[in-house]
Amino acid sequence: MAKADFEIPELKEYPEIPPVQPGATAGLKSFVAKPEMQDALGFPGELVDGWQEKAIEHMGELLGKYRSLQVFLDSCVKCGACTDKCHYYLGTSDPKNMPVARQDLLRKVYRRYFTFAGKYFPKLVGATDLNKEVLDDWYSYFHQCSQCRRCSVFCPYGIDTAEISMAAREIMDRIGLGQKYCNEIIGKVYKIGNNLGLPGPALEDTLEGLEEDVFDETGVEVKYPLDKKGADVLLVTPSADFFAEPHVDGLIGYGKVFHEAGIDWTLSTTASEAANFGMFIGSYENMRKISMRIREAALELGVKRIIFGECGHAWRVAYSFLNTLAGPWDFLDKNYPMPQHILEFTWGEIQKGTLNIDKSLNDDMVVTFHDSCNVARASRMGDEPGGQFTIPRNVIKAVCNNFVDMDPDTTHEKTFCCGGGGGLLTDDLMEIRVKGAKPRMEALRNVIEEHGVTNMAAICAICKAQFTKVLPYYGLGMDMIVSVHQLVSNAVILTGQQTEEDESKEDDAA
Amino acid sequence: MSFLTVTFAALYYAATVLLVVGLARRIRLYWKTPAPLKIPTTPAPTSTGGVVMRMFREVVFFESLFKSTKWTWLFGWLFHLGLFAVLFRHLRYFQEPVWAPVVWVSPLFKYLAFAMIIGLLGLLARRLFVDRVRYISAPSDFLMLFLLIGIGATGALTTFVTHTDVVAVKSFFRHLMTFNFDTMPNVPTDPLMVAHLGLVVVLMIVFPISKLLHAPGVFFSPTRNQVDNPREQRHIADWARKLEQ
Ligand code: HEM
Ligand code: HEM
Ligand code: SF4
Ligand code: SF4
Repeated sequence: MAKADFEIPELKEYPEIPPVQPGATAGLKSFVAKPEMQDALGFPGELVDGWQEKAIEHMGELLGKYRSLQVFLDSCVKCGACTDKCHYYLGTSDPKNMPVARQDLLRKVYRRYFTFAGKYFPKLVGATDLNKEVLDDWYSYFHQCSQCRRCSVFCPYGIDTAEISMAAREIMDRIGLGQKYCNEIIGKVYKIGNNLGLPGPALEDTLEGLEEDVFDETGVEVKYPLDKKGADVLLVTPSADFFAEPHVDGLIGYGKVFHEAGIDWTLSTTASEAANFGMFIGSYENMRKISMRIREAALELGVKRIIFGECGHAWRVAYSFLNTLAGPWDFLDKNYPMPQHILEFTWGEIQKGTLNIDKSLNDDMVVTFHDSCNVARASRMGDEPGGQFTIPRNVIKAVCNNFVDMDPDTTHEKTFCCGGGGGLLTDDLMEIRVKGAKPRMEALRNVIEEHGVTNMAAICAICKAQFTKVLPYYGLGMDMIVSVHQLVSNAVILTGQQTEEDESKEDDAA
Repeated sequence: MSFLTVTFAALYYAATVLLVVGLARRIRLYWKTPAPLKIPTTPAPTSTGGVVMRMFREVVFFESLFKSTKWTWLFGWLFHLGLFAVLFRHLRYFQEPVWAPVVWVSPLFKYLAFAMIIGLLGLLARRLFVDRVRYISAPSDFLMLFLLIGIGATGALTTFVTHTDVVAVKSFFRHLMTFNFDTMPNVPTDPLMVAHLGLVVVLMIVFPISKLLHAPGVFFSPTRNQVDNPREQRHIADWARKLEQ
């Protein structure tokens, strides 16, 4: 088990709702952004003079721009239905990690400055002035929310705490109190083109390496092209896919599927990142600016289609926002949805029968699937509502013989966050990441014990990175986590590939 | 006219103005505030018809709450069911002639006052005894429950135990509604009815400045009222369009 200087939650057979322990994680703060990181995004370098008034002013501006914020701050009846739905509350017992209490950190200030009741009867309605203490709480607890939207599924008015966290982070950024992790990364995207700061030549090297690996393994020349003008498809994928395990095995898989489908595709140096941390910090402007890179790359390369790789929040931005932020996409081929998810593409090819699949190549695994929150609750795949659940499972089942789902209270739209989403995937927040993973770990451990599950597949770079880090804290192997396209890659037999396939071919005409 | 009658007349006029103007302004605000991004909680309907159905299930059955906690759902739903049944029955104090369906259901619906009160007591118990819900409760959250329990209890006691001069009450409100002050009768002075009418004034005044805004709010919630079609249709707010120039 990995060592930690905090207590690792004990996994129970049946999930328990812990009693409240006020202040349990109040002191858990991620590093504050340095002035130069703030500058790069157009935010003040440090806490500005008169930050109280400025914060209230920005709050007022956001209230006028976002109906969600205005309606959500007014409508909560404190029914408590959401109080036991957040993985961070379940893992930490800190009541301010209950979604409604997290919202209340902002709502009590909203009431004080923007509502009649709060102006004249603050005590009665729990309104408070914005002071340093409140700001401290904001910084702590709005960076202990992964914006996973699980609470919004269960709230009778659909109040989405993610919207509130985004607004709070935007206000804090604008008064000079940004978070290092998110803001530093956005700076890298602007400067270099991706979150990891991988420059063009490094990408080229990596991709050549992949081509060699695949050739050594299969004897087939599968291409992983970069900046290829005139290609049909632009693939936009999270930069972790270029080197981290198990992400890169997914990228290998995308390439194999494109190869078999006979698709002329390319990656782009300037849009070598699907992630869009502008969403995490609630900044429309930054989210838009990051999205525009994809439009520019698509225009420059002259592609006809855009396909996104496995990444949760990137898919949310792509599916739900890209048309708004960087559209209209009238220069692309109308026959394909814009944008498309790699799983939609692969599932289409599987249905068409373009892929030669030997499921038994994955027989060493019993696989379960982790629904990523942003895919599950903030986007879709395919034409039907719920396609985001069926398509990944269909693909997994088409390439694996052994698939088991986890407890239905922890999958589909009720899925639990991995614990590292929403801008929390940083070492300075390791404690909250480990604790927040508890509900998922519980469900996973149950299927391990009951069904002998060996691997958990995911379709999100953050989930994959988070689980790789966190599984060992719970005594589980970090290599349990696999990419869905890694499973595809394992099972696809390329045209012309030399294998002992001949016997196994008949097994899976399906 | 008695002092009480004049006071109530003045209070009801004032409360009605505050309620109507307050609510109208709030609804206008929700209406006018743009929703710049598509944020329905998915899986979400892909057509307007689907959204209407989703909203119907939320408003009538509290679908999400049902998924969430059965006890809160049970008490909450009983309370609202009772509330709307009672309010429907109350139409007979304001209509002349009374709408036929109101007459038909009146004898039956009066028992739903108990559903309302039991629901409210259940919600109160939850607020008191579940540590998480107690933690998030402000004094106003308790007061709101006390207010409604007060209205329900005074009403039910009048209906089932002490009785009041319903004809006089109705006549008083009809006169108020038609701005006819000449033949206005006095409101009954039995303490229960006075308390009932007094508490209702308070409810009307606090409605547009409290969490009771959840009633209009639910219809404006973007996570529930948006169609899931962002790939098919571009969805852009005016302030966001300006960034494109
Ligand atoms: C469109 C109409 C309405 C809908 C869909 C609706 C829905 C809900 C729901 C789902 C809850 C949460 C569950 C619960 O605690 O009961 C709730 C709570 C509440 N509603 Fe409504 N409501 C509506 C109208 C009203 C009206 C007209 C009133 C008041 C006269 C009201 C008073 C309350 C109160 C006081 C609570 C909080 C109960 C508590 O303290 O737990 N609602 N409503
Ligand atoms: C101006 C508004 C109102 C008037 C004039 C009014 C008047 C009355 C009267 C005269 C009764 C007694 C009926 C009888 O003895 O048969 C009554 C009962 C009752 N009232 Fe009201 N009321 C008003 C508003 C409300 C509101 C807003 C509520 C709920 C929040 C409420 C809840 C009740 C209940 C639960 C009963 C007992 C059950 C029933 O008779 O239906 N009333 N009301
Ligand atoms: S479920 Fe919704 S209305 Fe109920 S307490 Fe939570 S945020 Fe408020
Ligand atoms: S969005 Fe997710 S992390 Fe944030 S409060 Fe809701 S359930 Fe918790």
